[in-house]
Amino acid sequence: MSKLVAFAAIQGAYNIVSKAEGKYKRALETYGGSQKLEFPNTAYYLPIIYSLTGMEVTDLDSARRPLEFARKLLPPHVKKDCHLPYLGPLLDAGMAALFAEEIVEAIRYVEDPDFYQPEVEDPDVENGKIWLGAADDAIMRKRGVEFVDGTAPGFAAIVGAAPDSATAKKIAEEYQQKTIYVFMAANQNGTTFTEQLIEEDVQIGWNTRLVPFGPDISAAVFALGFANRAGMAFGGIAPGDYKRQLKYQKDRIFAFVNALGDVNAEWAANAAGCINWGFPTIADTDIPEVLPTGVCTYEHVVANVGHDEMPSRSIEIRGLKVTITEIDIPLAYGPAFEGERVRKDDLYLEMGGGKTQCTELVKMADMNEIEDGKVIVDGPDVTEKKKGDRLPLGIFVQVAGREMQEDFEPILERQIHHLINYAQGIMHIGQRDISWIRVSEKAIEKGFTLKDIGTILHAKFHQDFGNILDKVQVTLYTKDDAVDELTKTARAEYKHRDERVEQMTDEGVDLFYSCTLCQSFAPNHVCVVSPERTGLCGAYNWMDCKASYQINPTGPNQPVEKGECLDPKYGQWKGVNDFVFKASRQAVEKVNFYSMLVSPMTTCGCCECIAAMLPTCNGIMTVHRDYTGETPSGMKFTTLAGVMGGGQQSEGFVGHSKFNITQRKFLVGDGGLLRMVWMPKSLKEELRERLIKRGEELGVPDLIDRIADETVGTTEEEILPFLQEKDHPALKMEPLVG
Amino acid sequence: MATEDVKAKTTKKKEKVAPKPADLALDVASQEMIARSREMEIETIFDRAQTMKPCNIGVQGTCCKNCAQGPCRLPLPKSGIEGKDTRKGLCGATPETIAARNFARMVAGGAAAHSDHGRGVAETFLAAARKETHDYSIKDTKKLLEIAPDFGVEITVEGEDGQVMDRDIDEIALEVAEKALAQWGQQQGEVMTVKRAPAPRYELWKKLGVVPRGIDREIVEIMHRTHIGVDQDYENIVEQCSRAAIADGWGGSMIATDLQDILFGCPYPVKSSANLGILKEDHVNIIIHGHEPLLSEMIVQAAELPEMIELAKKNGAKGIQLGGICCTANEILMRHGVPLAGNFLQQELAIVTGAVDAMVVDVQCIMENIANVADCFHTKIITTNPRAKIASGHCLHIEFDEHTAFEDAKRIVQTAIENFPNREKEVIIPDQRHDLVAGFSYEAINYHLGGTFRGSYVPLNDNIINGRIRGIGGVVGCNNARTMLDDGHITVIKELIKHDVIVLTTGCNAIACAKAGLLTPESAKVFCGPGLAEVCETVGIPPVLHMGSCVDNSRILMAATEVVKAGGLGNDISDVPVAGSAPEWMSEKAISIGHYFVVSGVYTVFGVTFPVSGAPVFEDYLYNKLEGIYGGMWDLEADPIKHAHKMIAHIDKKRKALGIDKARERVLMDMADRQKLEAA
Repeated sequence: MSKLVAFAAIQGAYNIVSKAEGKYKRALETYGGSQKLEFPNTAYYLPIIYSLTGMEVTDLDSARRPLEFARKLLPPHVKKDCHLPYLGPLLDAGMAALFAEEIVEAIRYVEDPDFYQPEVEDPDVENGKIWLGAADDAIMRKRGVEFVDGTAPGFAAIVGAAPDSATAKKIAEEYQQKTIYVFMAANQNGTTFTEQLIEEDVQIGWNTRLVPFGPDISAAVFALGFANRAGMAFGGIAPGDYKRQLKYQKDRIFAFVNALGDVNAEWAANAAGCINWGFPTIADTDIPEVLPTGVCTYEHVVANVGHDEMPSRSIEIRGLKVTITEIDIPLAYGPAFEGERVRKDDLYLEMGGGKTQCTELVKMADMNEIEDGKVIVDGPDVTEKKKGDRLPLGIFVQVAGREMQEDFEPILERQIHHLINYAQGIMHIGQRDISWIRVSEKAIEKGFTLKDIGTILHAKFHQDFGNILDKVQVTLYTKDDAVDELTKTARAEYKHRDERVEQMTDEGVDLFYSCTLCQSFAPNHVCVVSPERTGLCGAYNWMDCKASYQINPTGPNQPVEKGECLDPKYGQWKGVNDFVFKASRQAVEKVNFYSMLVSPMTTCGCCECIAAMLPTCNGIMTVHRDYTGETPSGMKFTTLAGVMGGGQQSEGFVGHSKFNITQRKFLVGDGGLLRMVWMPKSLKEELRERLIKRGEELGVPDLIDRIADETVGTTEEEILPFLQEKDHPALKMEPLVG
Repeated sequence: MATEDVKAKTTKKKEKVAPKPADLALDVASQEMIARSREMEIETIFDRAQTMKPCNIGVQGTCCKNCAQGPCRLPLPKSGIEGKDTRKGLCGATPETIAARNFARMVAGGAAAHSDHGRGVAETFLAAARKETHDYSIKDTKKLLEIAPDFGVEITVEGEDGQVMDRDIDEIALEVAEKALAQWGQQQGEVMTVKRAPAPRYELWKKLGVVPRGIDREIVEIMHRTHIGVDQDYENIVEQCSRAAIADGWGGSMIATDLQDILFGCPYPVKSSANLGILKEDHVNIIIHGHEPLLSEMIVQAAELPEMIELAKKNGAKGIQLGGICCTANEILMRHGVPLAGNFLQQELAIVTGAVDAMVVDVQCIMENIANVADCFHTKIITTNPRAKIASGHCLHIEFDEHTAFEDAKRIVQTAIENFPNREKEVIIPDQRHDLVAGFSYEAINYHLGGTFRGSYVPLNDNIINGRIRGIGGVVGCNNARTMLDDGHITVIKELIKHDVIVLTTGCNAIACAKAGLLTPESAKVFCGPGLAEVCETVGIPPVLHMGSCVDNSRILMAATEVVKAGGLGNDISDVPVAGSAPEWMSEKAISIGHYFVVSGVYTVFGVTFPVSGAPVFEDYLYNKLEGIYGGMWDLEADPIKHAHKMIAHIDKKRKALGIDKARERVLMDMADRQKLEAA
């Protein structure tokens, strides 16, 4: 039956390419060849074309070559009798279709600039603007981290629409529970899966992993483009290296297509294109199947799959294993629900958030002191409250175990935020004594009680930290005095902890930790984390790595004997060098922990911030990935990240975490924080308190006010007068270069 | 030499009833033409095969005529040998020595044929690279760049500023041409292309000391060693056979294929048709027969010239129809879709149609008797190669020179056209033609298994591993008048594909398959087991892949190497579930091919007969002992069904050794598995 697929897909590819050529011609007539063509705020041109052919499309003129290439790729039609082989031609036809569609979608940004909302994570459903289009780079990198750390193993590209909206909801929720992203495109006779979800009141957007790319089949290019950008950003794959790119996709990105509804020739062309990536198509209709394996890991096209089994069959066909812990609560549970909001209209009850106190504390306990699995609710439960009420809350988690250490308490405590957030219909914000929990009406309808929070924490702590703990007991206080009492204890505890962490130095420990958590995605990069240089993704500090090593001794965090100190100023150790040399397969000989100018650390591409040198200002700047504007380095974050990725040392640039900026050793080899002459305003605000404190330590208490931001300027020339006026300390420091 | 009236008419009726045409040939076209030749009393090979039996002792391989004291005939007694085998030639040569020497001389003959063909191509290639001829040019630069490094030819140059730049393509071509041609006369070192074999295979050859030094040298050394009183140790003789055979398959033949691809284009799948029904009564029919594409490529171009078509019309024809026989046919089929008129045993029968205005021949497998058959018709036999003239009949010799190639070709075509009005006998063209798809170079297979972006042999390996495809059969070789035309070929292949063995074919076997309709994608559903049928359907391929001429058996070696490289099926060709076969072999070339398959690690079964049965110890060495040395060995099985099952049994043995004889479990990757993935 493959012949029918080939016949249809090749036909479809011809249609798509011809339509694209028509659209291109009209656009050329209307706007001229110099009309800019791009996916806004993305670094990789039109990413499918760029990643696979190396062609840089920047304007209509430069789109001509890939379009011609697409035309040339189109194979002859499949003859009825004694036809020539068609698998290779079929895949080429699919690729041609995708190249053409990528250009079509780029032209749409020109013709209808408001059609997509590239910079938001959640679409503006109320105003009918539901299509997101290409994820901008900030989103791609942020979400990319989830692909990297495994919280999102892949995505389901759903095209078309379910037979009814209830089925759509069911499928979407099952993927959410299985931690898989849903990328939505195309329509079935005008109905889209996205609109079906909206009809069912399901929250869509990046935050709930239900991403509405676009209403046409051509929007499939956003899903594939996302995947290829991940390959370039995290996999370090050179543009144009289509072999490695597509192998990376097949081996590491667990994506597949769900075709819902009638499959027309153009869909078939897109499905054929996806097979190049190793992404199979699973359909709910009776289309011809392609079962032999080879280009995809397992089957290529599977038909007639019922909606009940669609998600489970799909991930099996893609060769993916998703382990979901069943947690005995009445709510759906999984990372996909982490970003889900509880809006005012849905709100039943809230705890914390300024109106009442909400505090969390994890403490180590004696083995005999607590009872595993015990959940105590001390005070009124949510069921005893009316809609719109409030409660104070104190979450006190006691853990015991032979391997448990006091150092692990904050690590466990930090889990509470996302663990509670994973429950559908419950929203958690903040941490420590500024926590805030919102419970939706739907959750109450489903039977949620406070005890479920205890159940979640008990189950997940055991699951994720089973190696260090044996018992977990949770007490939930909802009476004001008890909550206040806990808050008092907790605050003393926080202070004690913070002081301890503050006092930790690189000199004070013998072991650093490696982090290869992201090697499934960024195989050429390795992090080494020290107490004063936290992981550049911001997710892991030294203590986390230490705990992670104890929890899983063969896991991604391994101790690295730092060995003899070769250079105290730049932060270079023999043991670390040896380790990096080996782990980078002899690509990197030495690294300096405290310098961006001399042998800096490499990055996987998912760093929180990138620092760059500003020679005219004799200083450095840094930019975080949420800031999409221009910077004085002449590059946006995304461009900077593009320059640095792939495990290469790029002198003059370094990736780091936000927290690292105010750590004492931050780039001390290059002059430290006093070199900092520019930061985005939002980053300054986020770090305000710590920046002031660190400024005081450095003898410049108003350092934060002397650092320029985008309101001052985004070029060195613009900010230099400001720095001079403010008498920025960097200007008086020894020359940065030379 | 005058051979006046050795006309092909049968002189006397024999008392014995001749076998029915239906028992002599599998295909109806051949049956009809055998019947017609009998009606017209024209003697063909099919008649002579009845009247002349093969030599009883020669067939056992134990007749020695290497000196004038013999021939010494050492037949194996019917009852076999009890106790010590005391048979000896005058000089004391044992049956083993004699059979091994005869075997070796067949290897030498075969390797010489292929390699001399290759030399001719290399010379033409050099002429093209030197721009001494305008008729040939570098067509496939991609392939040139791919093979250049195998000859140690740089494809980039460093500019003044240290920048790496592409090297001039003409310069590359010239250096490749010189290096390639040097492989023949080289006296020391290694034939460079041998290194293309999988590394463990090459290392094994090195260890065994059988890496050839130069192509010609190894052939000459066989002739020396098999002279009276030289090499009298059959194992040592076989070692030299291995050198010469490797020099053929991985040297002369391979270089021929590569350079032909560069000059004429690497083949990609093409549709065409086969059997005598491709001839057209109202067209000038030119049969191109023989082995080299150098001439035939030019004839294809010449026949397309408007002036030639005009001339044909002037002579009363509607156009010009080309058709091929033997490997020339395969060469121009693979690259231009020129239809196949037939295989080796059909060369006389084509003339018997009365429709052939000229049969143009170059070298190899051209039966002298075509001249006699042609004399019964208006057909002109045109010999073209200085190495291959025919004394029988009234042949025309138009010598073909690469420097004046196109002009020569035009003369040939013109001669054929002008012969069209001379048709005298009734034209009877059998209404037999089958569609086919050919053109499966190993590059084309690579492309068709994944397209421009994902092309690789991985899907093939994957489906071998998962058992949809049981293994690979390389079924090749000649026709042999001692057995029914094509019956062995087709029976073996149908049995293989029925058991999910995908077949790679070349030479006259490929033409047999074409005639039987096995080269169509539709045949998969009819003849294949369910697994192979499904794979064929997925890729859109026939179950039997036509890879070219007999020189192109080197393509099969490269395909096997690609399979090894794609992974999952062992480290060497001898690990792969693959078996070779030549069910109807007859030529010395087949022995050379068979031996390079064996020493490349392939179990290789021949049909009909094998000239070693008079020397049981030597036979055992070839059929069994070689496996311990090379991982591949010879075998003989005349019964085509048993023949196929011996191959299948070997394939199963290899599957078991690889641990893929059981159903494969689906591996589902979790996070930990994904983190363990090696760096890309």
